[in-house]
This record gives sequence, C-alpha cells and structure tokens, in this order.
Amino acid sequence: MSQPVEIFTPQQFHRQAQDALGNPQVRANFRKAMDGLMVKRRDAFAEWQLEELRQLGANIRLRALSRLPDLLEQLEERCEANGIRVHWAEDGEQACRIVTDICQQHGARSVIKGKSMVSEEMHLNAHLDKAGIEALESDLGEYLVQLNEQTPSHIIMPAIHLNTDQISDIMHERTGTERTRDVDTMTAAARAQLRERFMAADVGVSGVNFAVAETGTLCLVENEGNGRMTTTVPPVHVAVTGIEKVVEHLADVPPLYALLTRSATGQHVTTYFNMISSPRRDGEHDGPREVHLVLVDNGRSRIYQDDELLDTLRCIRCGACMNHCPVYTRVGGHTYGTTYPGPIGSILMPHLLGLEATQDLPTASSLCGACGEVCPVKIPIPDLLVRLRREAVGEGEGNVPGAGVKRSTREVAAWKSWQWLATHPSAWRGTTGIIGKLRGLAPEHLGPWTEYRSAPKPAAVSLHTLIKRRRQEDQS
Amino acid sequence: MSARDNILQRLRERSSAPQPAPLSDFSVVTGRQWTAEERVAHFERWISSVHGEIIHCRKDNWREALVGILSDKGVQRLALGRTNDVAREAREWLGENSVELVDVDRDIGDWQREMFERVDAGLTSTLGAIAETGSLWLWPTPDEPRLLSLVPPLHIAVLDADRIEDTLFDVMSRHGWAEGMPTNALLISGPSKTADIEQTLAYGVHGPRELVILLRH
Repeated sequence: MSQPVEIFTPQQFHRQAQDALGNPQVRANFRKAMDGLMVKRRDAFAEWQLEELRQLGANIRLRALSRLPDLLEQLEERCEANGIRVHWAEDGEQACRIVTDICQQHGARSVIKGKSMVSEEMHLNAHLDKAGIEALESDLGEYLVQLNEQTPSHIIMPAIHLNTDQISDIMHERTGTERTRDVDTMTAAARAQLRERFMAADVGVSGVNFAVAETGTLCLVENEGNGRMTTTVPPVHVAVTGIEKVVEHLADVPPLYALLTRSATGQHVTTYFNMISSPRRDGEHDGPREVHLVLVDNGRSRIYQDDELLDTLRCIRCGACMNHCPVYTRVGGHTYGTTYPGPIGSILMPHLLGLEATQDLPTASSLCGACGEVCPVKIPIPDLLVRLRREAVGEGEGNVPGAGVKRSTREVAAWKSWQWLATHPSAWRGTTGIIGKLRGLAPEHLGPWTEYRSAPKPAAVSLHTLIKRRRQEDQS
Repeated sequence: MSARDNILQRLRERSSAPQPAPLSDFSVVTGRQWTAEERVAHFERWISSVHGEIIHCRKDNWREALVGILSDKGVQRLALGRTNDVAREAREWLGENSVELVDVDRDIGDWQREMFERVDAGLTSTLGAIAETGSLWLWPTPDEPRLLSLVPPLHIAVLDADRIEDTLFDVMSRHGWAEGMPTNALLISGPSKTADIEQTLAYGVHGPRELVILLRH
C-alpha cells in the first residue's frame, strides 16, 4: 500500500506540469478548492489587525530560531522531566530507524498515524512496511490518498486533487464501501473502518505543530479528532517533528495558532487544540503509557547556517502560499514531485534535496508575490526564489547543495556579449544595424519560447535611430 | 559523537553572526475589554458557527435541561465522572431517569470496546471557555479521562457563563498554564469535522458528531 503507482519526481517537473495542465479534472479540482480557500482566508482575518499579528508571528519564530540550540536542549530537558523520551535524528533514515526500533521494542505489528509532513519527508510508511509493520493513516485525506496509493498533494488537504466521484470509487474499490455521492455516508464509513484500527494499533505516530521549550509541551492542531485518537488510544505515542518547530514560551503559541488556522483553511479556530505534556500518570485511566519525541534535522541545521535562507525555517506549515500561488493552483501539488509542494516547497526542497534534483522548482513561480503577501510569518518567499535561481546558475555564495547546476556556458557567453555590446555604443549601433538589415533571416522558432509565443522579429530601423530622426524632423 | 551532539554543534557553530531576537508585542492577542454579555455573545457566535449547540440555562435548572437533551437525542447510555460537581449533581438527578450511567473512573483497557461501541454520550465539566474563538477549555482528569470528550457520538459539556474569558492568551496567562501543564490540555471548538472530501463539511469523522453546551448563567 505504501508504494505510489505513479511516482512524481522534482526532476520531471516540466513533464508533470504539462500532464497536469492537460488534465481538466485536476485543474477543476484545484481551481475550485483554491478559489474558495482564498476567500475564506481573507474573511477570517477581516476583524483582525493582520499586519500586527503577522509581525508578531514572524518575531516569535525569529526569536525561537535565534535561540534554537538552547531551546532544543530546554525542550529535551523539560520533556524528559515530564516523562517524554526524546530522540535525535540527523536524517530521515535515522529517524525512521528510531521509530521502527520503538515499535519493535513493543512487538508492534500495527501503527496508526496522525497527519505528519515530517513522516512523509522521512518516507516512514515505506520504512515500517519493510520492517513488517503496517502503518495506517488516520486523517481522512491521508487515508484516502493512502488507499489510492498516492502521496498528499497539499500539506493541509492531502486529497484536494480528488473529487467526490473519484473518492467514492476509491472507497468502493479498496474498502467495499457502497458507491455514493453522499459525503456523510462516506465519512461514516471511514469512521467505522478506522475506529477498529485505533483500538487495534500498538503504536500511534503523530506530527507536532508547536513544541514548547518552556513546558515540554507538544501542541497538535486538528479538526477530525484522529490526532487525539492516535495520541490517546494506543499504549505508545511517538511524535516526530522537525527541529525548527520549537517555540520558547507557551505564550508564544496563541498568536501562531491564530495565524495557522486562519491562513490554512480560513477557520477562526480548529475543532481540537491538543497539548500533550506527558504520558499517562499514575491514577489516570487513559492516554499512552509511553510518549516519545523524535527531533529530526534532515538538512535543517544546514539551512540554519545561512542568514537569508534561515527564513525558510520560520514556516508554520499553513499552506497559504500554495492556496494563493497561480502556478500551484493550476498544476497541483503532485507536479512538484516533492513532500512540500508550492512556493514553500520550492524554497525548502532545494535545501533538503539539493539543486541537482530540484533545479526547476525555483522557476515554478511567476514571482507575482502573492505567496510572500499571505505568508503569516512573513517569509520573503519571492526573494528566496530569486536567490535560489541565482544559485542554480552559479551566482552568489550560498550553501545549497548543487549550486551552479543550471549554469550554461552558452547562456553566460550570450549575456556577456550582450553586456559588452550594450556598453560600447559604436559596436551596438553597428550590430543592431546589421541585424535590422538581415531581419528576414530571423528564425521562426526559438525552442520552448515559441511554443506559446510568436518569435521576436528585429525592427528594420532601431528605436534609437527612429527617435533621432523624429528629433531632426521636429527641429527642421 | 551522537546525533544530538552533531545537530547541536552544527547549530551552535553557525558561521554567520548571531540572529537578532526581536521583541514580541502581544497586544494584538489580548486587551479585548469585552463585557460579560459581549463575552457570552462572542462565544455563542463562534461556537455556533462551527456547529456547537448552546442551551442556555440557570445554575439551578441545568439538570432539567440535561434531561431534556438526553431525551431529545435518544441517549440511553451516558458516560460521566463521579466526583466533580457536574457529574455528582447529574448522577443525583439522573438516578431517577431511565438513562443508564456508565462509570469512566476505571482503566480504559478494561472497557475500551464498550466505550467505542455502546456509549451514546459523554458528559464533561469544563474549566472555562474562550470568547474570541468559541472554544471550551478542558483538562482531562482521572475522574473525566481524555476519551470521554472524544469517543461517544455526542459530547455534552457544562460551562458556566462567568468562566468565559476573552482570548486564549488571556486564559493561559491569567491561569498560569506555563507553571504547571497537565498531562493533556484541550481546547474543543465544535464537534469533530472534516472537509477532506471535495471541501464538503461532514461532522463526526472520528470524534463526536454533536457537541451540546449547557451554558449556565
């Protein structure tokens, strides 16, 4: 169940984008969803001093990042004091091994999972599968995507690429649910299917929205209750999180929570805000007897080295940048071929995977600025996209692996020649004059440029000459 | 070196200058200055917008209101605590009714299937609420475990109107949450819901389908 039928990769961005653009179903599903989300987000902030709130959110995240190593140590100390076991993983592979070891120590055969993008990043399900442990997603969207042998196409709404009919087919084929267009019936069927699995699971795995260093508290934001089930019913709870999710104080959480829910889905609040500070204590009747926290680096400490790119680590994973991106809205999340799609994915994934694999992602943007404008913590996404574009062609001094991978000798030579001509007037005049005379020989096709555009045709007389002539006529 | 030491070392040995730590001005999440009536109105507006049902009642007649809900919703088996005031009063009153009372002050491992399959409703007290978002504040206890507000298809919560405060930030700071967090702290705003199927809202996907709040004045 964990191997996708269709593998999407960032290397195939252009082909995948072509496929998505030519698929009316995908386009309609995304268009409808994203248009609605944009309106909902705007309305959700209508009664707020949005700029003040965004500034506060950005400052809280910056403050946490400025003290990141200290806060991680404090978080570890507080969690351990509360009875939560803390583990550290340098990469996804190591994090998977830690989770698998915990499962094996308890003889686990079945894992139930709440939504966690870090676990997607780690490919945890496939890893557990290899160890003979079944991992079942319990978030409805993730469950549907897993049934369909796919990966999520959005970080908040994993099954947004599917419509009701498609979901009905998937549930019918995979679980025997009667075909229906009634969403309540489908939801009730999924509820019944998953309730059994919550009770049977040996281990629950969840993500973390905010980890509070001050109190050793793991905060989980959700609507469905599957997160609460996952972290309450099985005897062992394993939370996995990127190291950047730590915040300094409990008081830092309310503004970030207010920003997260409104930015993500336009909700003023989610149904559940679940704060876990320890395993079941003596005398308590439910809750896991063990809680583990796995702190995952996976390239984040490398991002942390660079002042500019460090802004990426502020992200609170709301997905607003995707919802507002004219590119994402048209091609959908699978096109990007990465765990995190859309604008945030286009600046985060090059750090995590290197520019060799992700060189097309920073160019998957119109640079219209919408992503930066809606980002609740003011990540300057367009600036970072430009920065990565420069690094991809070997300009600037960054630390992203694979810098310079897109550098083309022909392109560099062309621009250098252009620069020389444009700064030497007589050579410029001579060259443009010759080009004007030979304009009949200009090619009709210029590679991908002319797929959707007409080829530029040199003018017979340059603008410079035309202006000069007009001035002479005016004077005479 | 361990993974822990490697990660911390990489973070500490940042080649660039230390990052600035800007001051945080929290005034945007506090200082609402609402009156008691406004607080109730905000709370009702927001909890209703997410499908929470409010029944206004008085502190001296809330048990009659509870009986009415149980009858309206066809509740036959009600799970509830034993020692908290809400559960004690409810037990006294419901003793004469036909509703079967299910004790929750026992290890869930012994009766999990019963809880998942046979309990119609869970009754809980609340510690307070947040006007700005229409959220109930609960800290589960041995008397009222976590699953009581999650597993039964109907969650009935009892809330005193004078325990509604303006914002989450206010509740956390005024009640000193940071000085001692419980095992599990919860905010609940409406019944369980999803919009994962083509953005269509559906309730009760994993938790309760209905949330009824007895708001005591």
